Amino acid sequence: MSELLIKNGFVFDPLQGIKGDRMDIGVKDGKIVEPGTLSSPKTIDAAGMTVMAGGVDVHSHVVGPKVNVGRLFRPEDKLFKSPHKSPTCSRMEMGFSVPSTFKTGYDYARMGYVFVNEAAMPPLHSPHVHEEIRDTPIIDNAAMPVFGNNWFTLEYLKNNEIENNAAYTAWLLRATRGFGIKVVNPGGSEAWGWGLNCVNIHDPVPYFDITPAEIVKGLIETNEYLGLPHSVHLHCNNLGNPGNYVDTLESLKLAEGYTPKNEFGREQVLHLTHLQFHSYGGDSWGNFESRAKDVMDYVNAHDNLTIDMGQVTLDETTTMTADGPFEHHLCSLNHLKWANTDVELETAAGVVPYIYSPNVKVCTIQWAVGLELALFSKDLMRTFITTDHPNAGPFTRYPRVIAWLMSRAARDETMKTFKWLERTIDATSIDGIDRELTLYEIAQMTRAGPAKALGVSNTYGGLAPGMDADIAVYALNPEDMPSNPAEIEKAFSRCAWLVKDGIVTVQDGEVIAEPAKRTVWVDVKVPENAQVQRDIYEHFLRHYSVKLDNYSLFEEHLHNPRVIEVDTTE
Amino acid sequence: MKTVTLTLTNPPELMLEGQNITPDNFAGKKAAEIATLDVWEGKQKSPLGKYFTVEGDGGATAEETKIVLRGDCTRVKRIGQQMTAGEIVIEGNADMYIGGWMKGGKIRVKGNVDSFCGIGMEGGELVVDGDAAHHLGSSPRGEWRGMQGGVIRVAGNAGNDTATFINGGTIIIGGDADIHISTHGEGGTVIVKGNAKGRVGGQMVKGDIYVFGTIENPLPGFQMVGEVEQEVDGEKGRFAHYIGDLGERHPVSKGKPVYANLYTRT
Repeated sequence: MSELLIKNGFVFDPLQGIKGDRMDIGVKDGKIVEPGTLSSPKTIDAAGMTVMAGGVDVHSHVVGPKVNVGRLFRPEDKLFKSPHKSPTCSRMEMGFSVPSTFKTGYDYARMGYVFVNEAAMPPLHSPHVHEEIRDTPIIDNAAMPVFGNNWFTLEYLKNNEIENNAAYTAWLLRATRGFGIKVVNPGGSEAWGWGLNCVNIHDPVPYFDITPAEIVKGLIETNEYLGLPHSVHLHCNNLGNPGNYVDTLESLKLAEGYTPKNEFGREQVLHLTHLQFHSYGGDSWGNFESRAKDVMDYVNAHDNLTIDMGQVTLDETTTMTADGPFEHHLCSLNHLKWANTDVELETAAGVVPYIYSPNVKVCTIQWAVGLELALFSKDLMRTFITTDHPNAGPFTRYPRVIAWLMSRAARDETMKTFKWLERTIDATSIDGIDRELTLYEIAQMTRAGPAKALGVSNTYGGLAPGMDADIAVYALNPEDMPSNPAEIEKAFSRCAWLVKDGIVTVQDGEVIAEPAKRTVWVDVKVPENAQVQRDIYEHFLRHYSVKLDNYSLFEEHLHNPRVIEVDTTE
Repeated sequence: MKTVTLTLTNPPELMLEGQNITPDNFAGKKAAEIATLDVWEGKQKSPLGKYFTVEGDGGATAEETKIVLRGDCTRVKRIGQQMTAGEIVIEGNADMYIGGWMKGGKIRVKGNVDSFCGIGMEGGELVVDGDAAHHLGSSPRGEWRGMQGGVIRVAGNAGNDTATFINGGTIIIGGDADIHISTHGEGGTVIVKGNAKGRVGGQMVKGDIYVFGTIENPLPGFQMVGEVEQEVDGEKGRFAHYIGDLGERHPVSKGKPVYANLYTRT
């Protein structure tokens, strides 16, 4: 079939330890091959440019019901912010913080990304999630069902029935075509049904007689029992409140003593998502301060953890999370509009618009906390760039986040705009950090690291022969980096070339082809478990508003699947 | 100041989207160039010159440009949208969204305007000699930031939902106003010289409303606290002073809760 040769670029591939060597990358039939095996390839001249694998986003909210609520209840997010139809794309693009499915796919592709993990799928609404995945062009998607407040999970873990919980988890992953175990405010979203919350990990969940700590430990055991590609993906309790770093450290300690068991190269047992929102000191908004150092000291010392940033980008955005009580709390802070929903037996969610303003002290401290997490990190293979899109900012700001990380000047430039600069400096360590990350470290944070943590590093995130031919070329010369950090942002916003599955998809920052995208899911085979089958049947009969037969995803909802198989029966 | 005169010689069959008709877009352009600017009729894009004859050149800057529209512009929308300076005179009626998101300059409409005029307005002046329809000086759909500055003056009546989410600026209605004034208001002033129908100031947090006539159905969320003598838009009068909307949240400023004020002439 097709052959392609990307010539003379500076290649950064942390999975193979390649640090900017001048190399050729060969592509044949959608896979990466040794350049020598090609007969008559088309060539892309990448001389003077940076070549990386296609980007992998470990945590983003791009499809599903709460994203759609955000689109529906924020028409102003589209007003004057929707570019007219691009001359090269087939579909209209709309919105800023909650872009349409089409804009989502195109913008990720323009940034050189090829794989995006939807970080929270309400199991009951998985058909909707998969319909939107189908409508998101170019990028491959996976979606993680939420387990931390699921009645089945709570019941099994209360009785310490890990094997039954594993059987249920396997059933739900298959029923929803899900990718892994997501936990949002364990127990707290369920407590929200009673108008309550679990503000620390030992706060019992009403009715269920279990604590968030027990839920997280139980799910880690379940995850390692099954040997899933990804680890437990945890959004801690007490998000966004001053002083919550104490709860975060306690949550991190839950992973102590566990080691990963899987065949996918994953080395962590717990992924802590949007850690920025969980690294706060002080006891009020008045003495709010950064505790990123304390949290990162712990993360640096423990190999079985990975984290992502949740970087605040100082934009007007739309917060959305399965952490229902948090969204209510946020609405009473900013008095803007609020949507909230309960998903029967499974989870909840809320949506609130938010403005991260450089004139507000708390926002500028949050900005600093996110960057500190990355800049204090000793292992960038375990620290990933995210904005928790769209919670701390839209994913289209990743290039700006990269510029802040790579350039002290870029950080200084932004800090100059802060109204409470002195107070921000006092409450954080950001002004004392001179570290500037390298292109190799950025490649670790945006492709190799996330791919490894998700357990897909045999396919995504690297440039070794045999892997998917997903290659991003950026107009940046590592031997002659631009002195103006705005140029770095520009280069990462619009890649010079993106090759997806061997097809040239983006050229000079514009989408020129829309190759078939995939849905990635994990199919786990477990031994037959009559108890769990009976429990599921009984629960649906008694409690669910839908029948069991109508609950599981129908095949037509699933689009172009790539199945990762896990077998625990052997 | 230079004047560009647009005369509607070939009226559109559908509504015309005239957001390009602003001093900002006309500045620095000759009449022939102005005639090539885009306007949309339904899904069709055409040059302005298809509908209007254009006479006169734009000034060097928006500030030095005046636009005069002649002919029946009842079907021309969005004139002066997002304009920052200069002047527009519409010598008859105009359609919806006139002066929407306006930042500066002045628009004078000698006839009536339709709905959504002056929405999201941040500055400048919009003067309507006739009536205005609904959502005058209101917020765009879904937006919680309504009119933030500037002045809207309507000589005749206004429809419903005037000044939704207003947080700055002034709206003066010479005649009567229909239901819903300053819903969710967080600032700004609305003056109704005639009568108001009802639901005045619902969920208002801050701001002032003056009604010279009567309110047909006042809201129970407002409480009378006294009478005041005040000069309002050049007229002196004695007003009953109400605070509200008591059902809404009330921020505290300098130790005192903030309420919206509603005044009706006694």
